[in-house]
Amino acid sequence: MLGWLPLALLLFDALAGRLSANPIQEVEQRLGRTALYFLLASLAVTPLTTLTGWRALPPRRRALGLYAFLYAGLHFATFVALDYGFDLPEILRLTGEKPFILVGFSAGFLLVPLAITSFDHFVRKMGKRWKRLHRFVYIIAPLVIVHYGWAKKGDLFALRGDILQPLLWGMLVLLLLVLRLPAVRKWVSHLRQKITSVKSV
Amino acid sequence: MERKLKHVAVPSSEITPKSLYLSRRDWLKAMGIVSAAALLAACLPQRGQTPLETEAGGGSGPAPSDELGDPANTFDEITHYNNYYEFSTDKQAVNPLSANFRAAPWAVEVGGLVHKPKTYSLEDLLRFEQVERVYRLRCVEAWSMVIPWTGFELNRLLAEVEPMTGARYVKFTALYDPEQFPGQRSPFYPWPYTEGLRLDEAMHRLTLIATGLYGEVLPNPNGAPLRLVVPWKYGFKSIKAIVRIELTEEQPATLWNTIAPHEYGFYSNVNPQVDHPRWSQRTERRIGELGRRETLMFNGYGEEVASLYAGMDLRVNY
Ligand code: HEM
Repeated sequence: MLGWLPLALLLFDALAGRLSANPIQEVEQRLGRTALYFLLASLAVTPLTTLTGWRALPPRRRALGLYAFLYAGLHFATFVALDYGFDLPEILRLTGEKPFILVGFSAGFLLVPLAITSFDHFVRKMGKRWKRLHRFVYIIAPLVIVHYGWAKKGDLFALRGDILQPLLWGMLVLLLLVLRLPAVRKWVSHLRQKITSVKSV
Repeated sequence: MERKLKHVAVPSSEITPKSLYLSRRDWLKAMGIVSAAALLAACLPQRGQTPLETEAGGGSGPAPSDELGDPANTFDEITHYNNYYEFSTDKQAVNPLSANFRAAPWAVEVGGLVHKPKTYSLEDLLRFEQVERVYRLRCVEAWSMVIPWTGFELNRLLAEVEPMTGARYVKFTALYDPEQFPGQRSPFYPWPYTEGLRLDEAMHRLTLIATGLYGEVLPNPNGAPLRLVVPWKYGFKSIKAIVRIELTEEQPATLWNTIAPHEYGFYSNVNPQVDHPRWSQRTERRIGELGRRETLMFNGYGEEVASLYAGMDLRVNY
């Protein structure tokens, strides 16, 4: 339910004329950022559960991932329809020419099988393979960060220009991935158990 | 001689009052045809003029439009969609953040390889003949606007300080003041903003130091109290809030060229044939329109400026 809120806000701002003098770009960028936030939220579920032992989050993980897909799809549709008016030759040319679009495209493309297999049916049928497939998100998230960083004026890798936000989100992705390493994970849950057992004494 | 005048040397007849501009735009908005440029072009008399003749004259003047017949963007659009990283990288945040900027008093130090270096106050500079120019501004991010500036031709100022024979470039430096410019606290930029032109580019009649917009004092989000306007180059060349102008022998370092040399060349002429790794330079979106337009070579000013680059490979000197 909460996942529709950013879309509602976008529509509200559109009606109120608050999407800047260049509304198409504003919509495109906002949808891209929203997709990123949901993707990161879905990635945060496992580490947060390890950290807190809180069991309420995991059942919501699939919905978070699907919202990420929804907003990425809308972001892509804005690019194709509003920004470039379905000019397919130009869009193909751009995808070949601009590394940041190619990277975004790859990330979006990799999201598709994850979204399709998110139905219970596939989860049951695919078993272990489902888990393996959905680990693709560990590749998708860094791709999106590179896409974000390259979409901004400056040079992400030389740490120059308008790169603060992609840099911060990128560090969060790194943290979320590191927390998944078996050794780190064990250490964290160990720590948590120690703390809770001290508390309960 | 304009320079003898005490205050703003703008004959009042030369500048169309903003109220007139606005009433026209409001009417257009009401008719819902703001982006119907083709329709407008048909009913505007300025078509076929040169960029130097776009000065709107007389009280009953029509809405400003460029020499291609496209109408100027609204005052609101021009002052609420600004790339001014000293304030913020968020174009909409620049206007509120710049509300308390101290644009007066102001001084510009003009020096380097000149015979008569001098520090000019804003009042000194307003004594140069003020003209109105309706120019296209093409941002490297592939959007564009049409903007009615007022200001003076930079060549007037340069002639007065008398460049030495060795002077080949002009270097511009913007204000450095992290107290007023929160963006300058970011470590990711080589502040202050600097820009540069070749001397012949700086002397060109189209090169303007803007001191006003829509006949009003230059608003803070647009670079108050004075900024460069070089209409055939990408917008970032047109440095804002200038405090120093220096003539040099060597090509000066510029902010964006320092940050990403392969993306932002020293020349940065608008050129649909030289691609940018991020934005397509073949097309652009005119603010207020939905579709994209083809980007014009030298932003449509080729007739005036192409000769500056005769014999140069613009793919190498991008
Ligand atoms: C599917 C193919 C994709 C294409 C063609 C694409 C295209 C673009 C374009 C053209 C921009 C620049 C917009 C502008 O500044 O005008 C952009 C920015 C962005 N995209 Fe994508 N994108 C794709 C996939 C994705 C995905 C999957 C995500 C996230 C899950 C994403 C997140 C972003 C973000 C965060 C930005 C930066 C927004 C900002 O500037 O604040 N994109 N994308």
